[in-house]
Parts: sequence; structure tokens; C-alpha cells
Amino acid sequence: MSSELDDLYQEVILEHGRRPRNYRKLEDANRHAEGMNPLCGDHFNLYMKLDGDRIEDIAFEGSGCAISKASASLMTSAVKGKTVAEAEELFGRFHTLVTEGPEKVRLSELGKLAALSGVCEFPTRVKCASLVWHTMKNALEHQREVVTTE
Amino acid sequence: MRVHPSPPEADVVTLHESVPPDAFDVERVRRDFPILARPVRGKKLVYLDSAATTQKPRQVVEAMARYFDQENANVHRGVHFLSERATEAYEGARERVRKFLNARHASEIVFVRGTTEALNLVAFTFGRLRVGVGDEVLLTAMEHHSNIVPWQMLCADRGAKLVVAPIDDRGVLLLDELEKRIGPRTKLLGVTHVSNALGTVNPLKQIVALAHARGVPVVVDGAQGAPHVPADVRDLDCDFYAFSGHKIYGPTGIGVLYGKAEHLEAMPPWQGGGDMILSVSFEKTTYNRVPYKFEAGTPNMAGAIGLGAALDWLEALPREAAWAHEDELLAYGTEALSRIRGLRLVGTAPGKAAVLSFVFEDIHPHDIGTVLDREGVAIRTGHHCAQPLMQRLGIAATARASLGIYNTRGEIDALVAGLEKVRRMFA
Repeated sequence: MSSELDDLYQEVILEHGRRPRNYRKLEDANRHAEGMNPLCGDHFNLYMKLDGDRIEDIAFEGSGCAISKASASLMTSAVKGKTVAEAEELFGRFHTLVTEGPEKVRLSELGKLAALSGVCEFPTRVKCASLVWHTMKNALEHQREVVTTE
Repeated sequence: MRVHPSPPEADVVTLHESVPPDAFDVERVRRDFPILARPVRGKKLVYLDSAATTQKPRQVVEAMARYFDQENANVHRGVHFLSERATEAYEGARERVRKFLNARHASEIVFVRGTTEALNLVAFTFGRLRVGVGDEVLLTAMEHHSNIVPWQMLCADRGAKLVVAPIDDRGVLLLDELEKRIGPRTKLLGVTHVSNALGTVNPLKQIVALAHARGVPVVVDGAQGAPHVPADVRDLDCDFYAFSGHKIYGPTGIGVLYGKAEHLEAMPPWQGGGDMILSVSFEKTTYNRVPYKFEAGTPNMAGAIGLGAALDWLEALPREAAWAHEDELLAYGTEALSRIRGLRLVGTAPGKAAVLSFVFEDIHPHDIGTVLDREGVAIRTGHHCAQPLMQRLGIAATARASLGIYNTRGEIDALVAGLEKVRRMFA
């Protein structure tokens, strides 16, 4: 097995893909957005409960590949309790991580999200990793259109 | 040796006769494809994505290079030597396609960009002539988006309705259901010859007879048909047949629309411009005769010549043996994949062609594709531009290995070995 493949499918990713965290519908959500990659068939619903500018709770449901599911699981864990501004800042760092590589960011600032650092070696998979983040951005901005990262 | 079982509803699918496989030398065929010898990611390339696009034999590349090096000029207008040569080569390619499809006249062959453009051309000329408010266009549940969307656009434009004939769980078209849906408002039937996502071979001759009995013309998406099963338009008696050069060992950017002369004559032009006219004044334009009426602008000459070379190359092979090779390989692959625990083939129609679509445990096809890619194995993953079909089958996507004439048993074995790695990683 190539080491790049091992970097992509790290144990953390496989584990979050199998048993995603925050995987449920949030009944008292006040923000919701839908994200979809029609070409691969990934489809997620993202629910948020915003209290002022703080993300009090966040959850998701849907289907997708191991990368997109793990990314959703890790993202929801990472931004829960954060302010909107902090979440957006984290998205910026995450985006740099998956598009430009781990050497362009301080991994310590990314916490568990660093597990997705192997994605940058797989350009066709960047959209899988970033789908749920774009969906979160839409939920925050009240965009109603379905997000796609195709 | 694989013997095609007869499809349940029909005995009219043209089946390939049994020929000893030793009449076909796959290693010799492979030598015509330099790309098949290149490594990818440090592994031997195993190209199982021919339904997306086939590789091109060097004879095609050489014919196109020779055209650019020796004959290039614009066609149909110059009085000079090269223009004459280019015109001869371009029209020679048209005649080559006529022969391949066994069409009556070369003027029934329109060069287009590909199957998609061909189907759009039919929808927006023939379709507009025939389809009005309250009319119906009949399709099947296994169509590719390119044989859905143009008709949907036409129906929206005309206030007409799309009607869909269902399939069973194996991916077999239900002919009695199709027949039930042909009514007095049905103006047109669009159907694929071979399903790109499932490999189902439709009993086209029977379908055409059924539709014609009710006065309904039939438009065939032959993108996967032309490369894998006999496509004799006179035998099938279809009204239109569309296919793409790049899926039949030719270049991209060239495709064919066959149309019966009587239809092409009656159809208005699609695009306006040079080459499709006889004379132009600001008051009135007289259109050129068919097929030029449908070929506005400087055509893709090199592409047409490349396609002609591809058909020359393909038909120089022992055809029956070549078909038998593909069938045998499909049977071998079907058996090998069926033995993999947790793998389910999607599309199990009897007598199918060239496509092994599958889902594996609950592993997402995208993850399967990425792991296989690192083993050098190229497959396609996703909905294969057939979302309504995926919906019908209740899945979001499949992994699809599709065969070309150059594939081998060894490559199927590599796919199987790759899938075992996928299992170790995800299961």
C-alpha cells in the first residue's frame, strides 16, 4: 500500500468515517444547509443551533465517502462551542491544509483536523473533504441554494 | 467460451457467434496502444475505463498526424490541390462511417462533436417539427443524461411531456411496459443501444418494430452500442443512430449522427453559418443539401479522418473473434467479481456487454476508486451520468470497470486483487 494512501486514510479518518460523531438531525436547529456532490453522490444535511454568534450545537446527516464523512465528523466536533468568526477562521486554515499542504499551516492550530493533511496529495478528493465546510459557510450565511464542490 | 443466454423478452439481440478465442491475439492488439505499456504511480496501468473513453491505437494518431503533415486545408471550397485532398479525406471518412453503420447513403451521415451533440441536433430539429403541446416523448429508465436532458428541454419548450419506460432490478427494459406507454400522443422514442452504467443490451430491432407499428420514430443513443455490438442501421431500421468517435478508439471531438434520408431532408437546419448554405443574400438564404445542411462552419476534419482510421483499424480485426474476446472477458470478470464476498454486481441483464458495475460492502465507490488508482487500476466511480437510473436502483453511485478490446484476464485479476486491498483497508 502506498504511503500516500496511508496518509489519506489515516486511522482517525477511517474511524470517523465508520462512526461519525454528531451524526443526527438537530431538532432545535435554527440554521440548516444542504451540501451535495452530484458527481460522487455525496449528500449531507447540516444543522446548527446558533446562540448569538456562538455555535451552541452542530450535527449532520447524509451519505458520502469516508473522506467526506470523516471531514464532517471532525468539523462538527471542532467548531462546536466556537464563535462564528472562529469557525470561519478555522475553515480558512483547513482550506489551506487540504489545498496547499500541511507545511503551509501550523498543524497545532488544527487539532484533530490535521488528520486530513493527506488530502492535498489527492486533488480529486479535495472536494470531498471540503464539502461540509462549504455547507457550514452557507448555513452561516443563510444561503438557501444547495452547496456543491464539484 | 461464453454463450450468450437469450434475453427473456426477446431473441432479437444480435449475438456474437462463438469463435475460438485463439483467432484473436490480444497481445498483438495491445502493441497498437503505446499508452497501455506506461506505468502509472509506479504500477502497471490497468485501464478499465473504456466506457468513459477508449485509448487510441497508433494508427489513429498516425492518420491524424499524416493529415496535418501532408493534407491540411479547408474542405469544400478551395480550388487548390490541398483543399481537394482534404475534401477527399474528409468525405472518405464519411463513406467509411456509412460502411460501418451499413447506411444506405453517405449523405445520411452527419459529422458532429459527439453523441451529445447528435442527440441535441435531433431534439432541436426533428423534435421541434414533431412534438407539440400535450405530446409525449418516450424514454427508458436507463438513459444517459445526454438522452434525457435534450428531450426535457424540448418538452419544456413545447409544453410536452416526458414518459419513462421502466426496467427491472437486473436492468432489463420491460418491453410490455414500454409498449403500454406508446400512445396516440407519443411522437418519439429515445433509447440507448447499450447502457453505459449497466451494460444492458437492448433488443433494439424488436423495440424499433414495436414503435414503428405505432408510427413512432426511434432515436438511438449508440455511444456504447457502436463499440461493442453490431450497429447495422438498416437491419435495426432505427430512424436515428448517434455515436462518439472517442468511445470507439477514435479521437475526441468527433461523432456521428446517422439519420434516415427522408428525415434529414425534412428537418430544418440547426446551426447557421458557412458550409451549410448554397447562397446567401440579406433577404434569403438557400440551404445546402444534406448532410452539409447540418454541418455549419469548418468541420473537424482531422477528427473525422481519425475516426475513419479507427474504424479501419477495428474492422481489420477478426470481428467475431474480437467480440467473443470481449464477451469472454466479461464472463470471466462477472464470475471473478461474483466470488468476492460483499460485492454486488449492479446490472445483471442477460447478454449484457462490456460493463461491470458494482457496489462493495458499504464502502463508497469513491474510496474504492482511490485505492484502486494507487494500484494502477483505472475505473470510474459515481452515477455515470445516469442519476435517474441510480435513483431507480436505490443507490447513489457505483464503481464501474468497463472493458475495451485490449483488456486481458490478467487485468481482471489485478482488479480483484485491488478490491481485496480495498476490503482490508475499509472492512
